[in-house]
Amino acid sequence: MNRLPSFKRKSFRIQGARNEALDVARGRVVLVSACFALAYILVVARVFDLSVIRGRLYNTGEPTEIVEMTAQEQAYRGDILDRNGVILATSLETASLYADPKLIIEPTETAKALARIFPDLAYGDILKSLQKGGRFVWLKRNLTPAEQYDVLQIGDPGLGFKTGRRRIYPNGDLAAHFVGYTDVDGRGLAGVERSFNTYLAAGEQPLVMTLDVRMQHILRREIVKAVENFTAKGGAGVIMDVTNGEVLAAVSYPDFDPHNLDVKNDAAMFNRLSLGTYEMGSTFKIFSTAAVLELAGAEMSDKYDAREPLQAGRFKINDYHAEKRVLTLPEVFMYSSNIGSALMGQKVGTEALKAFYKDLGLMDKIKLEIDEVGRPILPAVWRDVNTLTASYGHGIAVTPLQMVAAAASVVGDGTLVKPTLIKNNDELLTQKGHTDEPVIRIVSPQTAHRMRQLMRLVVTDGTGGNADVKGYRVGGKTGTAEKNINGRYDRKKLISSFLGFFPMEAPRYAVFVMVDEPKGNKKSYGYATAGWVAAPAVGKVVESMAPMVGIEPVMAAPEEDLSASLKRYVKTEEEIKAEKAVQNASY
Amino acid sequence: MSKLFSRTDQSVFGHWWWTVDRGLLAAYVALVAFGVVLVTAASPPVAERIGLNEFHFIKRHLVVLVPSVILTFGISLLSPRNVWRFSSLMLIGSILALVYVLFVGTEIKGAQRWIPVLGFSLQPSEFVKPAFAVSAAWLIARQKETSGFAGGRIAAGLFGLIVLLLLLQPDLGMTVVTSCIYGAIIFMAGFPLWIVGIMVVAGAVGLVGSYFIFHHVQSRIDRFLDPSSGDSYQVQKSLEAFQNGGLFGTGPGQGTVKLSLPDAHADFIFAVAGEELGFLVTATLVSIFAFILLRGFNRIMDSNQMFIVLATGGLLTMLGTQALVHMGSSVSLLPAKGMTLPFISYGGSSLLSVSITMGMILALTRRQAKQTIAKGSTIRKKRLKAESV
Repeated sequence: MNRLPSFKRKSFRIQGARNEALDVARGRVVLVSACFALAYILVVARVFDLSVIRGRLYNTGEPTEIVEMTAQEQAYRGDILDRNGVILATSLETASLYADPKLIIEPTETAKALARIFPDLAYGDILKSLQKGGRFVWLKRNLTPAEQYDVLQIGDPGLGFKTGRRRIYPNGDLAAHFVGYTDVDGRGLAGVERSFNTYLAAGEQPLVMTLDVRMQHILRREIVKAVENFTAKGGAGVIMDVTNGEVLAAVSYPDFDPHNLDVKNDAAMFNRLSLGTYEMGSTFKIFSTAAVLELAGAEMSDKYDAREPLQAGRFKINDYHAEKRVLTLPEVFMYSSNIGSALMGQKVGTEALKAFYKDLGLMDKIKLEIDEVGRPILPAVWRDVNTLTASYGHGIAVTPLQMVAAAASVVGDGTLVKPTLIKNNDELLTQKGHTDEPVIRIVSPQTAHRMRQLMRLVVTDGTGGNADVKGYRVGGKTGTAEKNINGRYDRKKLISSFLGFFPMEAPRYAVFVMVDEPKGNKKSYGYATAGWVAAPAVGKVVESMAPMVGIEPVMAAPEEDLSASLKRYVKTEEEIKAEKAVQNASY
Repeated sequence: MSKLFSRTDQSVFGHWWWTVDRGLLAAYVALVAFGVVLVTAASPPVAERIGLNEFHFIKRHLVVLVPSVILTFGISLLSPRNVWRFSSLMLIGSILALVYVLFVGTEIKGAQRWIPVLGFSLQPSEFVKPAFAVSAAWLIARQKETSGFAGGRIAAGLFGLIVLLLLLQPDLGMTVVTSCIYGAIIFMAGFPLWIVGIMVVAGAVGLVGSYFIFHHVQSRIDRFLDPSSGDSYQVQKSLEAFQNGGLFGTGPGQGTVKLSLPDAHADFIFAVAGEELGFLVTATLVSIFAFILLRGFNRIMDSNQMFIVLATGGLLTMLGTQALVHMGSSVSLLPAKGMTLPFISYGGSSLLSVSITMGMILALTRRQAKQTIAKGSTIRKKRLKAESV
């Protein structure tokens, strides 16, 4: 029954066709199987390629490459040290937080959590950053380890950290203008951080400055005190080793915290010591006096008529501490007579004085290891009247640091002193072009000796009495300059400074303090002049630093003092009274 | 007990045991076991990330797994005729569901694909594939045996309808798999190569068309061709997983890439396998899939029923294509396409669907009495001999 139809022709045909179709189907099944087999072999090969050939466990090449790259990117920036190895600037490793907005799973939750961790970031701002396009956005630089831990607790895969190095200044604002600061990417923007950027970025050796944080602290403390006591705008100061020009302390106040910059605060960011230029006033008498002794053969007994103001063109030169009599050379210096100094300048002559100032480095921008160095402001045309004013420090504006170095050249061994901020390091010196330059003689040893005597006299008997420190033989010169505001000298706006040296018989240290626009107080009987403002500050600095630098106090009788031999050129009060009486009697 | 496994046992189970392909059965069990391990390893971070209990996906996987295994076993008991009947019903049901889902489906991740049933979301497109494979195979086989029956055209019409419904969701992955099934069936059915060629060209045109019509397809293909053009994050993470894994893997549960792969338990479970089990075990996994395919294809070489050849071939193509797309996406051999790995990935509908498929494959590859004497038969022949003696 079942078999019967298969014997029919049609049935045979179907049977045959069926077998034929089945054979075709089998052939094609083989083809399909082959395709699948091939594809699966490909998959296994690809997995082998990924897992084993490129696998992390077996192929160490790639990860080390990445480590090297980051290491190169984040090279350690060298430390900056003071002369005793105290760290002024160093680099610490910190984590900075970024987000990959694409991977952020819960933007609102994550933003809320971040706002809780960082109170200074606003929730709205974070959310905006997390939701914007792109694959990378900084959220917060330099996290503390505690903050980093808190962020990790959020657990959003879209948050990540980049390890970087942050510049840390352990001494904060102490020497901020000279150490300088860097931007967030570690490029130096000011101070030695800027001028030695390449050296520091190489990170091979620390940069050793000549600064001594102890001196720096003393000087800054006294300047801050003076500025506050006399409600001044600011101040500056320097302690310099006279023998080699090394700057032990350099202060410009107000200053700034290099970690937390406010670059719009010009008063704080401005470097008054080496970038600011000022008409320094009477401290310049050091130079005119040295010039007249060295170049015009002046003697201590020379007399200068200071009875009448000196008419120079449309100017009238007056004395502040007017003696109104004929003064000897030491008297001119100790009473700081403008008339006397102008006469000395006249005696030296315009060309000779200009040349002398040039030799002292007062006419040019000085060489220093930082970029913040000011160029002196000189008269457009130097006439004879300029010679007169320049003799007592007006009509010529220089940087305070430049003036201190010039004065050190006159009272030291008589050779030019070049200020430096970087401790002797041959490699660095050649790098900055300070090769062994020849010693430049400025004045003879005799002139230098006389200058020391004169400066000691200022402290023992003259305007600088407040700078004296028993036993440490301080000498110096006061300088009270009226500020030139829009072409007019303002009697109320002063630059009061004192430039001191000690020990005076063989000066080792120069200590300079300058106060910008001090206002007299009760203690100073209303005076805002250098003798009351700056001289006491210098005295305090000397008092604090002398024991530290190992200068022994010498308690000598007044007649053994350095200035004793000049006393005979200085009239005592009794003599002056007697003289006046004689004059009055003769009328 | 001894009777149960004796060859003379003629009970339903005994008969099944001696006729079913035990190699395929073992491969199936192995894949299910792999699936439990990998879902357990991969799903807790995913669950935690979306605010669910960390065992959520594991529990649900096991809850679906039990009926799935029973379903596989039950279907594997069916005769080829009943397999056809079952799949016809399933085809009608799932086509109706596909229509229904267009209007009231739950929209998840930009596509309407799901119908909520008993706390689970069922995805009709998963069920339409095996049902279509068997039905199309029957229609075409029937045309070969009964002249005048336009089975081929009906199958083509069904194919067009299903593809249309799938594209309306839109569900490109399922469309590709369904097309592969249909292509494989008509290829094996002996359609002239030029028709198959036209199908391939049409498929290519369709893919290029979808590149321009569907924005997400375009961006995915762009990213596959040029990873830097956009977000290839998932694929990147997936590749990282394999690199982390190496030869032996980090150990089950020890991987880290799943923490940042949103679909680690489903569309990227192969990457979790790569990281935690390593190359050797992953290669074994691929081999098991390959074994199922080759064993199945080998099995139908012996069959002399066109329906069995085409249906099994279609079902195997479905499993093979799905696994291939999943693995290919994970290792960046193919553009990223979310597709589950049969038997292994989490996903209720997908697991039920592949279990039904496996049940049908087991049912169709059981040793049958040959219908022609010339080729001989294994059991019936013996039985005939015994009877004749």
